[in-house]
Amino acid sequence: MTTASLPVSANARATTTRRGKQTARRLLIGAAWLTFALFLLLPLLIVLGEAFKQGVGTFFTAILEPDALAALKLTLLAVGISVPLNLVFGVAAAWCVSKYEFRGKSLLVTLIDLPFSVSPVIAGLIYVLLFGAQGYFGEWLSDRDIQIVFAVPGIVLATLFVTVPFVARELIPLMQEQGSTEEEAARLLGASGWQMFWHITLPNIKWGLIYGVVLCTARAMGEFGAVSVVSGHIRGLTNTLPLHVEILYNEYNHVAAFSVASLLLALALVILLLKQWSESRIARLKTGAQP
Amino acid sequence: MSRRTSPVIPGFGLTLGYTLVYLSLLVLIPLGALFLKTTELSWAQFIAIVSAPRVLAALKLSFGTAFAAAVLNGVIGTLLAWVLVRYRFPGRKIIEAMIDLPFALPTAVAGIALTALYAPNGPIGQFATDLGFKIAYSPLGITLALTFVTLPFVVRTLQPVLADIPREVEEAAACLGARPLQIVRHVLLPALLPAWLTGFALAFARGVGEYGSVIFIAGNMPMKTEILPLLIMVKLDQYDYAGATAIGVLMLVVSFILLLAINLLQRRIAYG
Repeated sequence: MTTASLPVSANARATTTRRGKQTARRLLIGAAWLTFALFLLLPLLIVLGEAFKQGVGTFFTAILEPDALAALKLTLLAVGISVPLNLVFGVAAAWCVSKYEFRGKSLLVTLIDLPFSVSPVIAGLIYVLLFGAQGYFGEWLSDRDIQIVFAVPGIVLATLFVTVPFVARELIPLMQEQGSTEEEAARLLGASGWQMFWHITLPNIKWGLIYGVVLCTARAMGEFGAVSVVSGHIRGLTNTLPLHVEILYNEYNHVAAFSVASLLLALALVILLLKQWSESRIARLKTGAQP
Repeated sequence: MSRRTSPVIPGFGLTLGYTLVYLSLLVLIPLGALFLKTTELSWAQFIAIVSAPRVLAALKLSFGTAFAAAVLNGVIGTLLAWVLVRYRFPGRKIIEAMIDLPFALPTAVAGIALTALYAPNGPIGQFATDLGFKIAYSPLGITLALTFVTLPFVVRTLQPVLADIPREVEEAAACLGARPLQIVRHVLLPALLPAWLTGFALAFARGVGEYGSVIFIAGNMPMKTEILPLLIMVKLDQYDYAGATAIGVLMLVVSFILLLAINLLQRRIAYG
């Protein structure tokens, strides 16, 4: 290779790689769009298509029918109990994990995440083993006429189990990143423990908290496997919305099933919007923190 | 227990105590009941339950389809993460927001939607029928349903790592004469692999336990398209609590071993 030809060939190679990069870029973006359309958009469209197949009238009949409304009420109840409880737990867990050093901390974090790696069906099963008619506490409960499994308390318990980690999991990294200097300053200036929490910590973690609550709500609203085990599928009494969808579907009442499903889909889209919004607020906080 | 930092920040005893009590009541004691229940079985009985042909078939199907779905996600998740982080193009924000749809959508809704899509007379399924195979009511359908519900895992674990790799490193490699494939192999792959494995493991673990989205599309034929969680349900419906518990324990143990193996693999890659 002569010295004169070197720059030319290097230049030519740079042009071909640039052209190659452009082609690769277009191909990859196209492939991403195709994947998105095939895997995410199409399932969404088919739910709406099936729901409105026989017009708006049948859609409203399906979602306003008493059993559907009872299912909606039960779903809201399960969400209304499990989300606040897991919210308080999440804050407490994130507080002790992020503010202090102690032995066994990584074990504790693993335990907090444990419900994520347990199959929902097993989550339901363990409560049947404890509180079912033949369970460890079964006799004690039936003597006192308390029913947990195949009743509302079981549904709430199962929902609680599967949603335990959500808030804690969002808060732990956020609070670890923020550190404790602001809280220490507040304490040294004479704030009480609760004053410090309400005025310093809570505003700092607000968006992370909302993010965790949104994810927790989504899962609580949609949980199927765990709730299905403990529900007993009594129409109008122990059916949540997802279980109601299953029953309608298995009765070959597809239009009604997809109508109720599209209601859940609408809620899911609202959740995605809220999630996007809290995420952008967290991102803004982070860029604001490091000018 | 000893604490070291921030003696001025109150609430250690309160928060740790509350966390432990809450976790124990809701998670640890109930899970303990599962293992306590299995001790009612002798070893021979336990082995007899978990080595029944129907259980083994379900075990193979559950872990096989979850593995296939995690691999498929490894590919399309990497593609989506790469495109979302590296390129700006029309519709990027929509795709970015919609990636989490599978986490927000109740799995039963996903189940009936995918079944409608892939059933033999569905919009996609009919092409498969023309070509002489089935998607819904076959292991392929189960794999696709699991791919849908676990889609966000790989994308979301790869995105932050990918965004953190300085472009200069790739440019430096290119200036030093590396070809694109060499850059992928020697620069991107080592940096991304640990996060990729994390996403893979999360998707895999979720896929093994998944129930709601699968039962609609699976067809639920014993020995053929019956997944492990469904088999637990079947045993429960027959009031066979010992059988259900044994299968539950089997599932937990096998998942735990596999996740441990992935974890070890990850450490070997990260540290040496």
